[in-house]
Amino acid sequence: MSINWTDFTPMLSSLGGILIGFAALILMLAKGRIMGMSGILSGLLIPNSSTEFLWRSVFVAGVIAGPAILINFDLINIASTPVASGLLLYVAAFCVGIGTAIGRGCTSGHGICGLSRLSARSLCAVLTFVISGIITVSILRHVL
Amino acid sequence: MLAVLSVLFSGLIFGIGLSLAGMLDPTKVTSFLNILGKWDPSLGFVMLGGIIVTTFGYFFIFKRGKPLFEKDFDLPKKQKIDNKTIIGASLFGVGWGLVGLCPGPAISALATLDPVAFVFLISMAAGVLAKKNIVK
Repeated sequence: MSINWTDFTPMLSSLGGILIGFAALILMLAKGRIMGMSGILSGLLIPNSSTEFLWRSVFVAGVIAGPAILINFDLINIASTPVASGLLLYVAAFCVGIGTAIGRGCTSGHGICGLSRLSARSLCAVLTFVISGIITVSILRHVL
Repeated sequence: MLAVLSVLFSGLIFGIGLSLAGMLDPTKVTSFLNILGKWDPSLGFVMLGGIIVTTFGYFFIFKRGKPLFEKDFDLPKKQKIDNKTIIGASLFGVGWGLVGLCPGPAISALATLDPVAFVFLISMAAGVLAKKNIVK
């Protein structure tokens, strides 16, 4: 292992993380909800009431509008080059969807909110998906 | 109205935070998972920053007893760690490692208008719906 110093962005990434934390606080203070993107999204796909549908879609609109504002004012250059393409892209996205639905959470829900609530299940989920991600990347880059 | 605006504001800050953090860049995300190669630890700082703010903030918010615009907090019930937690998180990790996008950044990436982001979102939604029909 060696550190990739050229791409390392400790200040910007910490700032981004702090903002993500504040976003989670605003949602909890206002609506009393966990800011978990996979949960919010699955509630949109299978809505159980119109009020549920409303706040979830407003949140999603904000999540898209945030970076859209940054891009529009040239404040940030977002690289969106996919690591995978073709069939692999479909398979990967499907895994993300079904995996977060079965495991009931993703990086935001388990990783930020769950760990902050000292949830043992979230800690288990985070360790599992980070290790599984590391194994996947290692096989892709160092074995195949 | 104020409730809706708060939710919109939360989403905006989340999207901006993800962008600044570098979470929308699949190369950066997979570099974090590439501990055997040239490792970029940046994402650890995203997690750390987020967790510190949220841990302290939640403490004070829960102390209030209730949220501003709802009768009660709507928190996940304490659940045991079961096979679903492990299987689900493992599958998610495979997908995350393959493309370097998790659900939040996948939504934010729509702002780039890159067709790949739309393909990813539709396939991800198919995964969510598949779960509803397969696992009870």
